[in-house]
Amino acid sequence: MSDHEYTPTSKVGKWFNDRLPLLTLANHLTDYPTPKNLNYWWTFGGILTFCLITQIVTGLTLAMHYIAHADMAFESVEHIMRDVNYGWLIRYIHANGASMFFLAVYIHIFRSLFYGSYKSPREIIWIIGIIIYLLMMAAAFMGYVLPWGQMSFWGATVITNLFSAIPLVGEGIVTWLWGGYSVDNPTLTRFFTLHYLIPFLILGLVVLHIWALHVPGNNNPVGIDIKKPSKDTVPFHPYIVIKDGFALLMFMIVFAFFVFYSPNILGHADNYIEANPMVTPAHIVPEWYLLPFYAILRSVPDKLLGVVAMLSAILILAVLPWLDTSKIRSAVFRPLYKQFYWILVADVLILGYMGAMPAEGLYLLIARVATAYYFLHFLVILPVLGFKEKTLPVPLSITEPILGGSPNLAMAKNKESIDK
Amino acid sequence: MKNFIKLFSILVLFFFTVTQSQSAEKVDYLKTDWSFKGLFGKFDRGSLQRGYQVYTEVCASCHSMKYLSYRNLGEKGGPEFSEAEVKAIAASFEVTDGPNADGEMFDRPAKLSDKFVMPYENVKAAQAANGGAYPPDMSVLVKARGGGVDYIYSLLQGYEDAPTGMTLDEGVHYNKYMYGNKIRMSAPLSDDLIEYGDGTKATVEQMSKDVTTFLMWAAEPHLESRHQMGFKAIVYLIILTILVYFSMKKIWSRVESEV
Repeated sequence: MSDHEYTPTSKVGKWFNDRLPLLTLANHLTDYPTPKNLNYWWTFGGILTFCLITQIVTGLTLAMHYIAHADMAFESVEHIMRDVNYGWLIRYIHANGASMFFLAVYIHIFRSLFYGSYKSPREIIWIIGIIIYLLMMAAAFMGYVLPWGQMSFWGATVITNLFSAIPLVGEGIVTWLWGGYSVDNPTLTRFFTLHYLIPFLILGLVVLHIWALHVPGNNNPVGIDIKKPSKDTVPFHPYIVIKDGFALLMFMIVFAFFVFYSPNILGHADNYIEANPMVTPAHIVPEWYLLPFYAILRSVPDKLLGVVAMLSAILILAVLPWLDTSKIRSAVFRPLYKQFYWILVADVLILGYMGAMPAEGLYLLIARVATAYYFLHFLVILPVLGFKEKTLPVPLSITEPILGGSPNLAMAKNKESIDK
Repeated sequence: MKNFIKLFSILVLFFFTVTQSQSAEKVDYLKTDWSFKGLFGKFDRGSLQRGYQVYTEVCASCHSMKYLSYRNLGEKGGPEFSEAEVKAIAASFEVTDGPNADGEMFDRPAKLSDKFVMPYENVKAAQAANGGAYPPDMSVLVKARGGGVDYIYSLLQGYEDAPTGMTLDEGVHYNKYMYGNKIRMSAPLSDDLIEYGDGTKATVEQMSKDVTTFLMWAAEPHLESRHQMGFKAIVYLIILTILVYFSMKKIWSRVESEV
């Protein structure tokens, strides 16, 4: 998609490239014109790629030592922790890597929400992203089951039981998922198989995600279409590569703190107790990254409707490009949307907190209000806002706000010229 | 950049507090200085050896430690008994091996490669001998309790008379740190219950601290190398980050834009 035709300089290169244009692809990736005003919130795409590769590499290594059997899984994890060379390191990277992956993906998603990156012409990128996010949740949930601790077993029981809410066929589906009449060895082996498969599906979707991105090019903090290449863009290499690398290193420092100094803080203590179908833990809580959806599930009194609400909360994101009626992408030029955006962020954090608390009394009430607001934001506020909001004037190019000082100054100038 | 760092640290902080409030129940545990906490935390070798003594002379009559082997007692980062000592420890236990050439099972002294001998044949036998309650395996016990080492340390010293008005069933004891305050295990420690080989006075507090340290090592045998490697890894990352930062500044100085 570079504007110029690429021809390799060497003869061998040319011969090869005529048959398989890998060099053209490499050239496209290094030359790829990128808006030069991307801020650090844009570095999380690269960070996420790193997370995925880390999970796959550590996961493959763990799979060489792990035994997917109800009687041996817990013991094999302890074997990894004690006797496999650096097994503790690999497992702690993998377990904390899941949390880091979600931390990064939430930042990535909320960046998209702030700067309107999901809007035309980037709807397909966004929808592929939502599918990746769904697959990540499935992979993370099944991965958490594999150590076969108490929280693994009971988490699996609670989540699979949700399918029983489906009328008529629900019970049958649950038996089919379990491969029996309760969560047991057949459940563990199929979860292991799927946990192994899903990351490669994600990898394939990531390729599509990036391919779809390279058609229109990156959105940017100003949210305007830019000419490519132009003085508004820089080539991906070295500019974006070094910047992403710098951000990735900062991210890795946070990651390393978790792995080396608090490797178990993000997990639940009960998962170091071997699974016991006879003893139910006092509180069954999912991993932190699923808590907002868990809160939505529990805030609806009816089981079926709760499941519907939880699923809708995720799937509603897929139609977001059509729910948001505003033509302006970046929240920088949408004063009202900006406020609602931060309310939504707070709302999701509140939901996450309520998901960790017992579903009773004031907690439940707050969770219900927050759930209602979540849907209100997407179904009412966003569509109406597009028609009612008075947006700020948008600059014509990226260079303009930068050369004119701060973006606000450029906007003010713009406004003056319009007023005149 | 500044905004980014501000927001990012707020996020990480929030994330810490939520997960902490989720895992730790709000109980004031007894506090003591643990040598293994912090960036350079290491185990106190003497405490680990005394802790093993408490475990083997007191706890081991009911609690198994099935993921540990005798060889672990001599490994680096653990109690570090000498090889002769570990062999003597192992040899003092009997294990059933076999079948031999005649197809018979036979008893022999334990070797370094054997797992810790379990006090009961199976869970049912353990329950039968303990009024229905199963004394949990202690291999990863510290990590399996919300309060971690502080919880275990407090529990061992938390036996009191039940408050008036609270009736306890036969064989149930009151412990102020136990979830629900009712515990099947009777107070396991009392002053001078054992005689430490190194002459340390065996108070309940001392024994609690030693055995908890030992349990922490049992659950995290590679804790010391984890801390050492972590420090090196993070220092390395910080230096590399600084170098990359200046390279980035240099590269971006070619365009009229900020990074």
